[in-house]
Amino acid sequence: MISLEILDLEISMFMESKTLNKRPVEDGLSRVDGRLKVTGAAKYSAEYNIKGVTYGVLVGSTVTKGTIKALDTKRAERAPGVLAVITYLNCPNIPGYHTDNQPAKGPLKIFIDDKIYFNGQPIALVIADTFERALFASSLVKAEYNKEQHQTDLKSNLSNAVTPGKAKDYTRGQEDAYKSAPIKIEQEYVLPTEVHNPMELHAIIARWDADDKITVWDKTQGVKSTQRSIAQAFKVPIENVQVTAPFVGGAFGAALRTWPHEIAAVAAAKVVKRPVKLVLSRADMFTSVGYRPQTWQKIGLGATADGKLMGITHEASGQTSVYEDFTEGAVNISQLMYASPNVNTRYKLVSLNVNTPTPMRGPGEATGAWALESAMDELSYELNIDPIELRLRNHADNDPLSGKPYSSKFLKEAYQLGADKIGWSERNQKPGSVTKDGWLVGYGMGTGMFGAYRSNATVTARMMADGTLILQTAVTDIGPGTGTAMVSIASERMGIPANKIRFDMGDSSLPPSPTQGGSQITSTVGSAVYDACNELKDKFKQVNGGTDSTDYVQVLKQHNLSQLEVTTLSKGGSEMGNYAAYSWSVHFIQVHVNPATGVVRVNKAVSVADAGHIVSPKTAASQIKGGSIMGIGMALMEEAVIDHRYGRLVNNNFADYHVPIQADIPQVEALFVNKPDPHLNPMGAKGMGEIATIGVAAAVANAVYNATGKRIRELPITPDKLI
Amino acid sequence: MKQFQYIRPSTQQSVLEAINKPGTKIIAGGTNLVDLMKRGVTAPDKLVDINHLPLKSIASTKTGLHIGALALNSVVSENSLVIEKQPLLSMALKAGASPQLRNMATVGGNMMQRTRCTYFYDITMPCNKREPGSGCGAMEGYNRMHAIFGASQQCIAVHPSDMCVGLAALDAVVVIAGRRGERRIPFTEFHRLPEDHPEMDNHLAKDELIIAVEIPDNNFAKNSYYLKVRDRQSYAFALVSVAAALDISNGVIKQARLAMGGVAHKPWRLLDAEKALIGKTVSEESFKQAALIAMQGAKAYEYNSFKLKLAPATITEALKHASGLV
Ligand SMILES: Cc1cc2nc3c(=O)[nH]c(=O)nc-3n(C[C@H](O)[C@H](O)[C@H](O)COP(=O)(O)OP(=O)(O)OC[C@H]3O[C@@H](n4cnc5c(N)ncnc54)[C@H](O)[C@@H]3O)c2cc1C
Ligand code: SF4
Repeated sequence: MISLEILDLEISMFMESKTLNKRPVEDGLSRVDGRLKVTGAAKYSAEYNIKGVTYGVLVGSTVTKGTIKALDTKRAERAPGVLAVITYLNCPNIPGYHTDNQPAKGPLKIFIDDKIYFNGQPIALVIADTFERALFASSLVKAEYNKEQHQTDLKSNLSNAVTPGKAKDYTRGQEDAYKSAPIKIEQEYVLPTEVHNPMELHAIIARWDADDKITVWDKTQGVKSTQRSIAQAFKVPIENVQVTAPFVGGAFGAALRTWPHEIAAVAAAKVVKRPVKLVLSRADMFTSVGYRPQTWQKIGLGATADGKLMGITHEASGQTSVYEDFTEGAVNISQLMYASPNVNTRYKLVSLNVNTPTPMRGPGEATGAWALESAMDELSYELNIDPIELRLRNHADNDPLSGKPYSSKFLKEAYQLGADKIGWSERNQKPGSVTKDGWLVGYGMGTGMFGAYRSNATVTARMMADGTLILQTAVTDIGPGTGTAMVSIASERMGIPANKIRFDMGDSSLPPSPTQGGSQITSTVGSAVYDACNELKDKFKQVNGGTDSTDYVQVLKQHNLSQLEVTTLSKGGSEMGNYAAYSWSVHFIQVHVNPATGVVRVNKAVSVADAGHIVSPKTAASQIKGGSIMGIGMALMEEAVIDHRYGRLVNNNFADYHVPIQADIPQVEALFVNKPDPHLNPMGAKGMGEIATIGVAAAVANAVYNATGKRIRELPITPDKLI
Repeated sequence: MKQFQYIRPSTQQSVLEAINKPGTKIIAGGTNLVDLMKRGVTAPDKLVDINHLPLKSIASTKTGLHIGALALNSVVSENSLVIEKQPLLSMALKAGASPQLRNMATVGGNMMQRTRCTYFYDITMPCNKREPGSGCGAMEGYNRMHAIFGASQQCIAVHPSDMCVGLAALDAVVVIAGRRGERRIPFTEFHRLPEDHPEMDNHLAKDELIIAVEIPDNNFAKNSYYLKVRDRQSYAFALVSVAAALDISNGVIKQARLAMGGVAHKPWRLLDAEKALIGKTVSEESFKQAALIAMQGAKAYEYNSFKLKLAPATITEALKHASGLV
């Protein structure tokens, strides 16, 4: 639902409360770019009208493993409007592909040789003067292959799992201690491949401005990292690469790295000597920009009769490509979440003929929490203890991994807030015992956690003569409302209304900020905004002869200045080393399950975040709601299916690959503990992008169990699994 | 997508002449045809846009309801005559696709939409329906959405429409125009089973045009229900759907109509189950018996065996809703 308040650029009660902690969570700034987004004025990468632009369409391999025997591009080349058909046979040298000391495995190098590693791997890029002509010509490219036997099935290849170089087996106390506990459970959980599928398709427009100068308008989560990758690939000076991405239509991790098709677009622009626009198709999105890998997991939990954990064993095997190891922290959550004296984890990879996965919102942890929090629920039934009570009995007061105190942790309050909101007291511990209008009713919960970080960022803050404050830094906003949060912080610091503040971002020529990812932007860039504003205020004070004034216009005028500016590098202090910092979430779900048809309806969803002080309440609530919806989709719908005979996806479109639509989602309640973290950064804020999703899938599965007595250990929970 | 010509005649006669030439295809709402063209499943040389023909009307006749082939799915579903006389059709339509699609989709286009079998859509895969003789990708592949009734060795696809399930249950008649005049066929005989010619979805000749469907008046309005079971609550094709219509007098069933979607190459009318219901009292037990009869001859494949359980459960539930038991 798009409410009018999104259009409302006014800052409401926000300004009135001066102290951070007292501000009620519902207040705060509406999305500063909301009007631009809902009116279509916000420009996304594919929407720039660049003079002389040409259009690219990718052609993908139709076999899954082997080599290209013959490529016929003649008909495509002769088709109307076609400017070039780029393949491994004619692709210009990409110098960065040929540097010394290349590791044995690494990112896919596009159009470098005849080898096929996965189905859909680009074998050609057709460039034409219109998109339609490029698309038509792409259908004329014909390839013959030497096919080899491929492997795409994780389950039948689990015996080939190997421990990747980066991952270490972990043991605290005794290994497999759960086995000798009086109460124990041991279960396997399977998560299918999930694809990020942001609304906006990946798109790049690439233009060569000189022999060593490149401009791209690109969908990316990090303009600086894209700048670096392109400079490295084409061996041009980094400052000669300009990357622009002021708006990003969702990414969830899919735009964290520079993908082969982006390199191909830049190479193609050199070939045709004109700008090239390449927009991936929805089908391309399934094979070109990563996904959350299918992962098999096994959890063993052992406890005393009164529910104290004695041992946790967590094993996971995830899929990766044959050319690159993608690892994620799927088992880490079991090392961190509960106070168990004995914990051991093992993480392995299975190399398959698929493209490389990439972090997807709550990377690793969302996968791990699905298993761990399902297993905890199973244990609660085994013990006949309320699932929240079981978690409280195993609450970690200090970080079990490092032994350090937490920078802040209000998880117990989060449990309470959520339980009250969903009406947990209505829940019956006995599965299948509550019905309403012929539907089975069940309640479930799941906990999430993710590291809280702060790294370095630089912000320029410039006060103009008319009282406009301009903030500038390279960071992107992939949807969480970074601009809004930054404007909120600056407004509070400077004591000026939000509509007097402009936040410029998504441009590699601006001062550096990290890539948007890992739930660290509010903490990192927010701190830099905070520090820059303080420095600017100091500078005003100096100019003003040592007196504080928020009438910046007057001060500038009085001293005959057109503007006053600071550029501030902000870094986390060394004191962080003394603490373990995490954000926490608890998700509560009420489902109705139709006993005859197996249809699951999520009737209520409540998510509570302990994410420190909430800097931007409205966008924070949206963030939590979106994450919860993503988790509901993970639990009930999302699954990329490969026909292993062909190694090819059979549902790579939005009709067959299901994500939740409005009718599937109830009013999601987002609640915040809203207590500042005293150590992480000056705002007291912790990240929340990842925890919004981590733990939701288990909460849904647990609710389904509570409703039906059926424990589904392989997602998604579609009706067929419940009848 | 291949380049093509496009014409928009304003008379039925010129449409009929145009479609008589090879390589031509009618376009109505375009919601299915354009997708198929983009995927390369079909590549017409010429599109004949029929949207200027006067075929949008929805009207009461002496014997029933007349609905023009170009009436939009959204308009039909919200038409007061339809809701009053044939609520089952309205329910079936609203269960289909999404509001955006229903705003474009037409009655004729809905009847003519092709299967959603994923192998049919991917031109790199074998599919007898798309390319006769190339094999059936689904038979030993990912066949979760596929048929449990009436399939052949050649093809196990299902017809994806919801509207058609409603029309099949309601004894609708299809009005077809050809160059030699009009003909009418029962709705249940419009679509066909795959047999040895899965490339043919129905009995409409290449040079014919659907101009209307007609639904005879009936006594089902009070006790009708369309139940669609799907993976999400909107914008998903049926795993199984059931159209149920009952004529009940003093708790006894006088007449019954039942059809299923998502189970066969055509809307699957359940005549034996209907017969079994006649004279029965309204009860879950009699509905379950009818459902059992309906399932005779069902055959599942690797990924769709759940339909053997889901289909009878859905029939029973739909009858419970139609009869007011729930
Ligand atoms: C993502 C998606 C989800 C969908 N979900 C559902 C669903 O859940 N349930 C459901 O029932 N449907 C669903 N649909 C299908 C939708 O109902 C059909 O696409 C639509 O009804 C087709 O109507 P149209 O007018 O757009 O047909 P077109 O695309 O214009 O035409 C389809 C075919 O019909 C032929 N044709 C059209 N009119 C006539 C005529 N008068 N005489 C002879 N031939 C004609 C055309 O030549 C063409 O071959 C879905 C579609 C999409 C894309
Ligand atoms: S089921 Fe029919 S449509 Fe599907 S692949 Fe087989 S022949 Fe083609």
